Amino acid sequence: MSTPSIEIGHPSGSTAHEAAHAAGQGAADAHQQHPLGLYFKVWGLLFLLSAFSYMVDLFQIHGVLRWGLILALMMAKAALIVAVFMHLRWERLMLICVVVIPPLALLVLAGMMVVESDYVFAARTLYFR
Amino acid sequence: MSIEIEPRAAEEPAMQPLPAASTAGAGLSGMAADMAGDRAMFRVAWGKAMMWIFLLSDTFIFGTFLTGYMSVRIAATTQWPNPSEVFALTIAGTHLPLILIAIMTFVLITSSGTMAMAVNYAYRRDRRKCAMLMMATAAFGALFVSMQAFEWSKLIAEGVRPWGNPMGSAQFGACFFMITGFHGMHVSAGVIYLLVVARRVRAGRYERSGNYDIVEIAGLYWHFVDLVWVFIFALFYLW
Repeated sequence: MSTPSIEIGHPSGSTAHEAAHAAGQGAADAHQQHPLGLYFKVWGLLFLLSAFSYMVDLFQIHGVLRWGLILALMMAKAALIVAVFMHLRWERLMLICVVVIPPLALLVLAGMMVVESDYVFAARTLYFR
Repeated sequence: MSIEIEPRAAEEPAMQPLPAASTAGAGLSGMAADMAGDRAMFRVAWGKAMMWIFLLSDTFIFGTFLTGYMSVRIAATTQWPNPSEVFALTIAGTHLPLILIAIMTFVLITSSGTMAMAVNYAYRRDRRKCAMLMMATAAFGALFVSMQAFEWSKLIAEGVRPWGNPMGSAQFGACFFMITGFHGMHVSAGVIYLLVVARRVRAGRYERSGNYDIVEIAGLYWHFVDLVWVFIFALFYLW
């Protein structure tokens, strides 16, 4: 295996990588060759999003708006980390599916547990107060 | 562990035994081709595929912890302690809600950034910068764990126990110690992992084998630790 060539100015878009894959060059060329600026951008964005979610608490926002903001900011940060830092957006769809689809089962579990916990709460307030 | 000693050349030819591999494009058709037949499914280093699968199983561990926390919090008939006040600190006479947790979040995000750059330098074969960035990542991780130890001591001193606390619902302590304790254990293990790999990078071990995949694999683990904290921060501390 030859040493992967170093392209400092490699485009961060996915097309070049996909083209490399399609050309059958294998996984060796899919190594991370992004400009460092990309990491600083994502870093700054994560800082900003974290500051926003901290401000949700600082300014005492309540109700649906609070929950919506917390969840939206959480998902945005998670997506940035997984897609860029963990390099998943440049991986093949096979790997992406293996990583992204099974956790959906956790959403099903959480959904069922919301119903169950509401029932437990109702039973407790009715019989065990 | 012999991940790094294994020469890549030995496994590369075995991974594309079919002529179909060359015709496999990206996207859905590529996925179908990857899954078809008796062949290697993931066209990445096996260590990387295994790390992803391990992280998937870890996702389920933390996912069930957080679901359990959600269940006891919904079902609690007593008042859940307000995390904004429980984790508040008074610094220089100013009362700041959640300030330590916010700082911990920024420290962990910063460590993720340095780790991403360490991976980048590993593939550029810049051993010195790669090892230094990995050490910095481990230092940020150690700082995070120290702040968590401070937070634990503070709460324990205030009387928070897994079976009860003076602030409200008894379930709060069990959830807090379980979830943050498990996460802190992951961070501690990650710090050790990173230091071991960084030392080997500096010693030139991967230069000899010509394979720097281990840095990326360690990076995946570290980013996952940061990822889990994003969910804990939002669902436990902010909710």
